[in-house]
Amino acid sequence: MMTAILRRKMTNGLMMLAMLAATVTVLVPLGLIFFYILKMGFSSINLDLFTQIPKPPGEVGGGMANGIIGSGLLIGVASLIGLPLGIFGAVYLSEYGTSRISTMIRFSADVLSGVPSIITGMVVYGLVVVPMKGFSALAGSLALALIMIPIVLRTTEEQLKMVPMTLREASLALGVPLWRTTLKVTLKSALKGIVTGVLLAVARVAGETAPLLFTALGNMFWSHKLNEPIAALPLQIFNFAISPYDDWHRLAWGGALVLVTLMFSLSLLARWFGRAR
Amino acid sequence: MSEVTMDAKITLEQLNVHFGTNHAVKDVTMTMATNSVSAIIGPSGCGKSTVLRSINRMHDLTPSARVSGAILLDGENIYCKECDPVTMRRRVGMVFQKPNPFPAMSIYDNVVAGYKLNGRARRSEMDGIVEQSLQRVSLWDEVKDRLHVNAMQLSGGQQQRLCIARTIAVCPEVILMDEPCSALDPISTLKVEELIDELKEKYTIVIVTHNMQQAARVSDTTAFFYLGELIEMGDTKKIFTNPEKKQTEDYITGRFG
Ligand SMILES: Nc1ncnc2c1ncn2[C@@H]1O[C@H](COP(=O)(O)OP(=O)(O)OP(=O)(O)O)[C@@H](O)[C@H]1O
Ligand SMILES: [Mg+2]
Repeated sequence: MMTAILRRKMTNGLMMLAMLAATVTVLVPLGLIFFYILKMGFSSINLDLFTQIPKPPGEVGGGMANGIIGSGLLIGVASLIGLPLGIFGAVYLSEYGTSRISTMIRFSADVLSGVPSIITGMVVYGLVVVPMKGFSALAGSLALALIMIPIVLRTTEEQLKMVPMTLREASLALGVPLWRTTLKVTLKSALKGIVTGVLLAVARVAGETAPLLFTALGNMFWSHKLNEPIAALPLQIFNFAISPYDDWHRLAWGGALVLVTLMFSLSLLARWFGRAR
Repeated sequence: MSEVTMDAKITLEQLNVHFGTNHAVKDVTMTMATNSVSAIIGPSGCGKSTVLRSINRMHDLTPSARVSGAILLDGENIYCKECDPVTMRRRVGMVFQKPNPFPAMSIYDNVVAGYKLNGRARRSEMDGIVEQSLQRVSLWDEVKDRLHVNAMQLSGGQQQRLCIARTIAVCPEVILMDEPCSALDPISTLKVEELIDELKEKYTIVIVTHNMQQAARVSDTTAFFYLGELIEMGDTKKIFTNPEKKQTEDYITGRFG
């Protein structure tokens, strides 16, 4: 009798320990990444980082303002293309789709989200950069949009599926057309979940480097034109980190800290949105 | 084919409903008279809800559902090719088995949801419609001081009366009710039954119920369904005192498997 209880308590204790170990194993690398980047990048954080463009090699100072703005532009245009397509696609799948076509779209989206992002970059290179005879911000945005679409599509569809059928029926039975029901009842009920999914998709592409290598290319100077190469924060970090210059290394750490903070905030925002129900 | 009587509001003609390979409603032909209350009774799974939901084309949303035959509303087939289900549903309202108020809306907004969702809510008219509709379902006194709180704060019975208020607020001609009292206490049930009695002056009502006494109390005609077939339909008094079919008698006297 006593031994049975003792054994149960010991098993319980052991299992708790195992789970604690697993939690720590997950948390430690995250903490390491964050603190290391904080340590290396913190000294590079100054006003110049956000207002200046990079100086030529050898010269001290400069910043990554063009990369930050460039990333913002790339993500903005990618969202303009990717979010409507992803959300409309999801509405079609969950509210209007017939089963055969829906299965095909769903399958394609799953395959697309599994394609390595560098392949997406290469495809956009072949389909956009070559015909347009040059690297461009537009090509970069398209590559990012291609990565966003399947993520947004599937998360939005999941959220729409969670809206109870009885709500749609309540609205339809009042003589409200299906499109208005979709807009004002279904989408509205799922809005918080959809916004969370969108934020996570934006956070995901904000850090993408590979698909930009053959599309947006990067740029040492200011540019806001969609048909010209443009700087992007992850690209700049990559290029500066592999360069031989100390001052560029310093900038790369600063940029990394900015990028990690941005993604961290987006994830937090997404969580907060998802929770405030 | 049944002959269409003068005051037939709704006529089902050889209605069949399939869900995939499941033949849920078989060759049902019946008539509901204008300004009458028709009750649909029968054991669970016999197709009562399915019949009711065909009358305002709720099966349109279910990909596996196939409806054939005809349903005439004032003599016109609501399933014809050119027919617009939206216009038809404005004339045929529905109260569901489980209360389903819009969870993100206030009590007030729920009552006038039919107007708001259609983008035709005129502010000056809404207050009156809200008060009137809530009065009719005797919910006004209970909620008049908190019209703008979330509708989910109401009890189940109050929510169901809210859903009835929402349905009558848009002034349909027909009201379909799928076991509207299954979530209500005896007093709310009584109130709803009184309401049905009152409503039939202006509306045609079809009500599905498991409660024999309720069917006997509120309806003018009663239809008994079994395994997707209409076994018998007739004057409620006659069905409950002197049914023609043995199955009907067994069911209403509780001698049923
Ligand atoms: N959406 C659906 N998809 C597939 N089959 C369905 C669907 N709705 C109903 N059915 C089937 O149709 C038949 C009749 O169901 P229905 O809901 O009309 O019964 P009911 O008489 O209303 O029962 P209850 O008294 O339990 O509500 C059942 O066999 C049921 O499985
Ligand atoms: Mg039912």
